[in-house]
Amino acid sequence: MNSIPRFEHGSRVPGWDQPVDLEKDPAEIPDPASRDVPPALREEIERHMADYPERHSATLPALAAAQRVHGWCSPEAIEQVACVMRVTPAYLESVASFYDMLETTPVGRHSVYVCTNISCSLCGADELYAALVEAAEQQPGGEAELNVRAFECLGACDIAPMASVDGVYVGPLTLADLPQLLDDLRAGRPVLPEKQLAQRACADPGGRP
Amino acid sequence: MKLLFDRIDEPGLATREVYERRGGYAALRKALAMEPEQVLAQLEGSGLRGRGGAGFSMGKKVSFLPKGSMEKYLVCNADESEPGTFKDRELMQKTPHMLIEGIVIASYAAGTSRSFIYIRGEYELQADILDAALAEARMAGYVGEDILDSGHSLSLIVHRGAGAYICGEETGLLDSLEGKRGNPRLKPPFPALQGLYQGPTLINNVETLSTVPTIIEMGGEEYAKLGVETSTGTKLVSVSGHVQRPGNYEIELGIPSREIIYDLAGGPPEGREVKCWFPGGSSAPVLTAAELDVAYDFNSLAKAGSMLGSGAIIVVDDSTPILDVAMKVAKFYRHESCGKCTPCREGTNWTVKMLERIDSGEATPMDLEIMASVQEHIIGNCLCVLGDAMAMPIGSMIAKFRGEFEAHIETARMRRGLGEHAASELALAAQGAR
Repeated sequence: MNSIPRFEHGSRVPGWDQPVDLEKDPAEIPDPASRDVPPALREEIERHMADYPERHSATLPALAAAQRVHGWCSPEAIEQVACVMRVTPAYLESVASFYDMLETTPVGRHSVYVCTNISCSLCGADELYAALVEAAEQQPGGEAELNVRAFECLGACDIAPMASVDGVYVGPLTLADLPQLLDDLRAGRPVLPEKQLAQRACADPGGRP
Repeated sequence: MKLLFDRIDEPGLATREVYERRGGYAALRKALAMEPEQVLAQLEGSGLRGRGGAGFSMGKKVSFLPKGSMEKYLVCNADESEPGTFKDRELMQKTPHMLIEGIVIASYAAGTSRSFIYIRGEYELQADILDAALAEARMAGYVGEDILDSGHSLSLIVHRGAGAYICGEETGLLDSLEGKRGNPRLKPPFPALQGLYQGPTLINNVETLSTVPTIIEMGGEEYAKLGVETSTGTKLVSVSGHVQRPGNYEIELGIPSREIIYDLAGGPPEGREVKCWFPGGSSAPVLTAAELDVAYDFNSLAKAGSMLGSGAIIVVDDSTPILDVAMKVAKFYRHESCGKCTPCREGTNWTVKMLERIDSGEATPMDLEIMASVQEHIIGNCLCVLGDAMAMPIGSMIAKFRGEFEAHIETARMRRGLGEHAASELALAAQGAR
């Protein structure tokens, strides 16, 4: 448990239990000179901003890029995006806290989203999720390594029950698959290659070449 | 007849080379040789109805866009998040060029110059495939300035979401695309007049736009001959849950639902029976085994008290308690409610709490009345239909499986040692109400 980065007050959430300081001025758009933004991140955010007629549209791609660098939407990540996009940190936090894939607390390095919506749960996703949580706790590194989450419908009910492991869809999963899944993940190999969605043929017989 | 899924597993179909060899982008050349009004007439003549959920006529939607030289936008809704739906995923993954071609043709008909594909963030593989296909299409001059010397220009960007069901709602999607929280907007004004960046915006589903090249190729009139009168063409149906062969199937609209569930998807596992099924994603009111012979098209399903929605059939067999199904549905909508409108935010939350009471044995049969009335008060009282999307299936479950709910309440109360007091408590409550 101690491996997770925590704030001084012991919480994983930055200051939610602190009284609001009414004397303090709201955070402004950070001064570019005062922030050190990794050049690759800055370049990516600027590229996204150029894609749209309105720079605010780049918010989601920019936050996702910052999350890839920092592991989560940390105050530092938010400040860096704010600095490049010329928006306030509060605006970015409001967006980050709305979307499921943007993490507002420190999480494990690898994301494992287990779909527990209706089709998957009819096929046993709840047991799968419970087993995965338990297995993750026994992993060396535990929570710092894995971010196991029960997720809403991931749009792959044909391979139910399924999970998205670092963005790669695998299924149908059984409890017997979990050791190999975790092994593959730890070793940095492609996860359960023969069960990946990319390999799956269309169910409709008319789809055959 | 397979239009979208025709030999879709052919290796390399995601590349421009194979797609063109099979006749891809011929429809685009044909469309660009016509006047935009003629393309629009083909779309209207095809009778194609939107495949995302609402089933609104695609041609009409295009015609609602004002004429004139202002900046107009086309947004492809690829935020496929309706539980049970996974058809767009297969299309984007295996034949991305068909979608791109459809977008360019639709933009020509609608006179839009900027377009976006809003794809849900979880579909990383599909977004990467689309990006690669888009790069190829740009190189070949199908997307960009002065497409194939026609004078029509179009920019196209693949925009990745970050995980929010509500961003599949068209105005929520627009807010999200503008970089905000995905809160739906008040309608009217409809997006066709005031949408993205306040400009006129055409929003269509992936499947709808992917069908456009076929319509141009075979002609709107020919396309309209497929299916039934009010629901023309073919439809991709995602079948999942308790069936032996879950997956996407392309059907002609109007065939009996039983044929899809039993003949195509293999029906429920050996020895089990269909208890209920969602005909159009988890937002559609459930139908029972007795209603398996309803024709699968927009109007027949509406007449049966449900809807075709996104074309996602979820089959639940008799081994599953209806309470579990209701709980999953309600919890999903509680999690995904954006919180902007009170009936939806509170209604979804209280429905979950009441369902939990049933399971823990604290509920009385009266709770079913309250729960049903909560559903009635959600419907039609919010900016978008997310709340309705929970209220309709939950309401239908209470109506159609009332006996099972009551039995569940009784057994749970017995387990808790409250069983025998139920009757007297009811009488007391009735007195209090007076």
